[in-house]
Amino acid sequence: MTGSVTRTSGTTGDKGADAVDATLEVVDLCKAFGGHRAVDGVSFTLAPGGSLGIVGESGCGKTTTARMLVGLVSPDSGSIRVGGRERSAPTRNRAERLARAREMQMVFQDPYLSLDPRVVVRECVEEVLRLHFDLTREQRTARVVELLDQVGLGEREASALPKALSGGQRQRVAIARALAAEPKVLILDEAVAALDVSIQAQILDLLAGIRRDAGVGFLFVSHDLAVVRHITEDVVVLRGGRVVEAGPTVDVLTEPRHTYTRLLLDSVPRVGWDPARIAADRRALEREAGGSSGD
Amino acid sequence: MSTLRIDREAADGAIVRRPGFGLLRALRQGPLFAGAAAVLVLLVLIAVFAPLIAPYDPDAVDLTATLAGSSSEHLLGADQSGRDILSRVIHGARTGLLGPLLVVGISTFLGIAIGVAAAWRGGWIDAMLSRSMDLIFAFPGMLVAILFVAVFGSGLTAPVIAMSVAYTPYVGRLVRSIAGQEKARPYIESYRVQGWSGWTICVRHLIPNITPTVLAQSAINFGYALMDLAALSYLGFGVQPPDSDWGSMINEGQAALLQDAMLPSFAPGLCIVVAVVAFGIVGEGIADRVAKRER
Ligand SMILES: Nc1ncnc2c1ncn2[C@@H]1O[C@H](COP(=O)(O)OP(=O)(O)OP(=O)(O)O)[C@@H](O)[C@H]1O
Ligand SMILES: [Mg+2]
Repeated sequence: MTGSVTRTSGTTGDKGADAVDATLEVVDLCKAFGGHRAVDGVSFTLAPGGSLGIVGESGCGKTTTARMLVGLVSPDSGSIRVGGRERSAPTRNRAERLARAREMQMVFQDPYLSLDPRVVVRECVEEVLRLHFDLTREQRTARVVELLDQVGLGEREASALPKALSGGQRQRVAIARALAAEPKVLILDEAVAALDVSIQAQILDLLAGIRRDAGVGFLFVSHDLAVVRHITEDVVVLRGGRVVEAGPTVDVLTEPRHTYTRLLLDSVPRVGWDPARIAADRRALEREAGGSSGD
Repeated sequence: MSTLRIDREAADGAIVRRPGFGLLRALRQGPLFAGAAAVLVLLVLIAVFAPLIAPYDPDAVDLTATLAGSSSEHLLGADQSGRDILSRVIHGARTGLLGPLLVVGISTFLGIAIGVAAAWRGGWIDAMLSRSMDLIFAFPGMLVAILFVAVFGSGLTAPVIAMSVAYTPYVGRLVRSIAGQEKARPYIESYRVQGWSGWTICVRHLIPNITPTVLAQSAINFGYALMDLAALSYLGFGVQPPDSDWGSMINEGQAALLQDAMLPSFAPGLCIVVAVVAFGIVGEGIADRVAKRER
């Protein structure tokens, strides 16, 4: 486990070995609430280190799907496998619980609600390390600094309570916390929806960087097509709990075959939006303003 | 996360108050809160240091002073047996506070355990625990206490056990509903995704986060328990004479009323009223602050 300390710098080497092990396969997933079929036979595959978007209008079952993947909702039927290991049944013991947590982590939509108000940032990341890895105190401290640095947070933020942080900073904490378990797949359920537009761009840029460096697969749940276009390679379009279209993001979003997808695309106000450019512009602006890091 | 969750509990997620005591809410802010808190501190100090403060031995009989009025020798006069009323009232603060303290301590502990278990596990465990609490709630606590005294004998123990049981649903219902809401919060869900056990999440994170609200209820309960225990000993089911206790002092003092001596029953009565009102105001004040903080 000591190797984990240098993970961010040293992953590219063992990416190939992980590759066999980290494919997320979802087959025929179903969940009904009362009589309402919230998720109805959803299947998709996420390659190791890949990036898959799940899009669809409000209420189409995106969140329910994500929650089933991380085990917060138990599916009625269907299978969820990471590297061939089934994870749709409830966990039976601690080892299984921890193994599953290391397969998949999740970043929640609202950073104002997803952090424990009583726990300072450093502690919040350290807890995860303590639970999952057998590190010495010094190694843990170093890893916390590294993780927070990865999401652009420094010493000052590390000792703050969530209430002292801005929305963007909180979401960075949530991302660092999720990465602390070194998951193979990171689920982001509307992870930028609660943030204002300029910060969305920064966070998306950050996520793209993390995927490049850490080789973690992204499952990006969103109703914002511009965001999905920017950050994903493949996309699944859900409607009423069913997959209506799936394929490479560029193809699906430029030449949708399904009218529903076309409808979704037509409802986007600004298609030419480029968060990377906005983030870059914003960084340039900050450099001019004197380099203060503010979200 | 999902704002679509139907929250059946929202309606009864409130502090339980007795009819008439809601009036104290009006006094929960400003100088009265500080005043009430000061009264409580004073009461505790008096109880702790009773032997040092009291001018006389509370049980010392001085027949020459029988039913003496207020004088420099006996500030609050003396009772039929010539015992100094001030000393008895001071010593009475000990049982007067110890009883409710035990009741509140035990019922808070049990209420949290039962409420959190019901909320966290749900299903038949919730159904069973909730029905049991409803059942206890439906029984008049005083009646159960009298029954207990009949079986186990008088003194402080039997009434305290009976009252602890009777007050558990006050706390348990509140805890069940707020713990249920807390469990659905993303920060608790993210602990589950991280792989923590339910036990650890509840003990380390959920309970500390709901504690302020529970404490408000417990402070209010303290006043009620004090009143109930005083009523029991007034009726002769609690602390027995000659031990000084406010409730039994009122009872003993009744005969003196016929001889125009007010103080033997009036002084302990006033103590009860002041203590109950002070605990009510402090409890309401805490509840108010908690509610404000959450908004
Ligand atoms: N706990 C629940 N109990 C009952 N019904 C639920 C529950 N959670 C979700 N649903 C229902 O399932 C359907 C899908 O909900 P879900 O939250 O997955 O939608 P979504 O695609 O994430 O929508 P949004 O974009 O608004 O977040 C909705 O019709 C919703 O009402
Ligand atoms: Mg959703």
